[in-house]
Amino acid sequence: MSTLKTLIEHYNYVVTIFLMMAGLYIVVARGNMVKKLIGLSVFQTSVFLLYIEPGKILGGTPPILDPAFSVYSNPLPHVLILTAIVVGVATLALGLALVVRINEAYGTVEEDEIFDGDGKA
Amino acid sequence: MRAVWPHLPALQVVIPLLGAAVVAFMRRGAHAFALALTLTWAMPVIAIALLWQTLTGGPISYHLGGWEPPWGIEYRIDALNGFVLVLVSAVSAVMMPYAHRSIAREVEERKQAWFYCMYLLCLCGLLGITITGDAFNAFVFLEISSLSTYVLIALGHDRRALLAAFQYLIMGTIGATFYVIGVGLLYLMTGSLNLADMAARLGPMWDENARTAIAALAFITVGVSLKLALFPLHVWLPNAYAYAPSWATAFLSATATKVAVYLLVRYVFSVFGAALDIGALPITEIIIALSLAAMFIASFIAVFETHLKRMLAYSSVGQIGYITLGIGLANQSGLTGGLVHLVNHAVMKAALFLAAGAVFYRIGTVRLEQLAGLGRRMPLTVAAFAVAGFGLVGAPGTAGFISKWYLAVGALEPGWWWLVFLIVGSSLLALVYVGRVLEVTCLREPGPELAKASDPPLAMLAPLLLFAAATVYFGFDTEWTAGIAGTAAKALLAGLR
Repeated sequence: MSTLKTLIEHYNYVVTIFLMMAGLYIVVARGNMVKKLIGLSVFQTSVFLLYIEPGKILGGTPPILDPAFSVYSNPLPHVLILTAIVVGVATLALGLALVVRINEAYGTVEEDEIFDGDGKA
Repeated sequence: MRAVWPHLPALQVVIPLLGAAVVAFMRRGAHAFALALTLTWAMPVIAIALLWQTLTGGPISYHLGGWEPPWGIEYRIDALNGFVLVLVSAVSAVMMPYAHRSIAREVEERKQAWFYCMYLLCLCGLLGITITGDAFNAFVFLEISSLSTYVLIALGHDRRALLAAFQYLIMGTIGATFYVIGVGLLYLMTGSLNLADMAARLGPMWDENARTAIAALAFITVGVSLKLALFPLHVWLPNAYAYAPSWATAFLSATATKVAVYLLVRYVFSVFGAALDIGALPITEIIIALSLAAMFIASFIAVFETHLKRMLAYSSVGQIGYITLGIGLANQSGLTGGLVHLVNHAVMKAALFLAAGAVFYRIGTVRLEQLAGLGRRMPLTVAAFAVAGFGLVGAPGTAGFISKWYLAVGALEPGWWWLVFLIVGSSLLALVYVGRVLEVTCLREPGPELAKASDPPLAMLAPLLLFAAATVYFGFDTEWTAGIAGTAAKALLAGLR
């Protein structure tokens, strides 16, 4: 029972790890390049959760100094993840652009068909 | 000069970054090249000034925007990353003149300016990873360099270049995300992103948080190993190197993987090594085992490869094995050997890939069966290839010998005789694949289709010969390579707990 209790108490990590694994699984298991990129995005997004969740403290306020409050949430993870989101968007955009070019060059975005068609894998 | 001097660490990164922004507005490839060349030549000047300062006056700590570490981002330069900065900037400066003609031949006119824009961004990212003392800042630079690398690869003339770039994008992003997960775990534990501060805080809390810390170490090691193409995480590398424009391949093989190796060294030694007894964890054994696998399996594949650039790419995977072997040995000679091989391999592989690029420039193919008798038509190119090739083998009198000597001495320190035999044995595999190329190019009669081939123009030939000469020079004068690598290794090992 104690394992179950730990899992429930840390349900935020359970969600993060589930998303992480789901994303990674899609990247590995799918041959369609667009789906691969979707999986990659899910994987990256799970990391955003990993950073942001612990920054929130129950009962904490935004870090604005005021004598009325003494517990503050950590704002740094949000700022870091803002950067990571930008990186994620850039990666996704570049990935999709490559998929468009691959589709123009090969006429398909399925990896299996491309490797079959290229003569040499 | 006096006003600029204290801000050199920032300029090292900011100059190529702003340069990339300016180049993005240029339309003519020649203009973009001229600017990229100027900026690239400024880089080693700054890097050498920084290294000189660290060697004479100790580590430099530069506070970006005036914010004190550990709150602000700190650029921290010691002997190790000063050394890597000089390596990256000097190698790119030497090979830059080669780019103009080679890129004009391989990349469409309207895309050439973009190529130089991406190159400058990539250089900025690589120098940034090396110079920064902040874990998350390193991630951002890692992504800057990676994203621009994907574009550089995709600009190759073959449609398979697109596929190689896509593959690398998937694997590279997974690697970077693993790295950022590891950094996230470390941040959760220590509340700091400054590498030195992290190491200091990690030590006392090790016992209660060992599981999280080991998970962080595992994530970071796997993520960075994907970037440096440690066997078996090298799958993206052969295609990426084979189909990227020749000059981009030479640039990436000489710099990108080396910077990733630096990052691994930084984490294993300066962060985790300083916080705990890394001998107690199996990480060094795992690295040694994978390095040996790389040295043999990748070199073995290279022996049977008929595409010259792919062959060199597999050889790169094998040679990275020697570098990581030095990290795994984790003693003074071994680590010096690994760090020295960082430079020596960069110099030799730059020469080899530039030679392959020169061959492509003249005859439009690098398939081995079509290079018969090339030595008669392009004697200097093939000679440079031969010299650098013997360097890979580790023949005495070349730079490769120095690296392998240090590695062998490092292997003897714990009394591992078998490892010395394995180092020599895997070098023989290099002899086979280099020998195969030389046999085809030198001993066979040239066919009629090679009648018009000749050595490339001077701007391409000079960097190639310079790298070949450096292969020999660093085989004799080791003050600049092994000397500084030894200082860096000593500092790293002294920081271990």
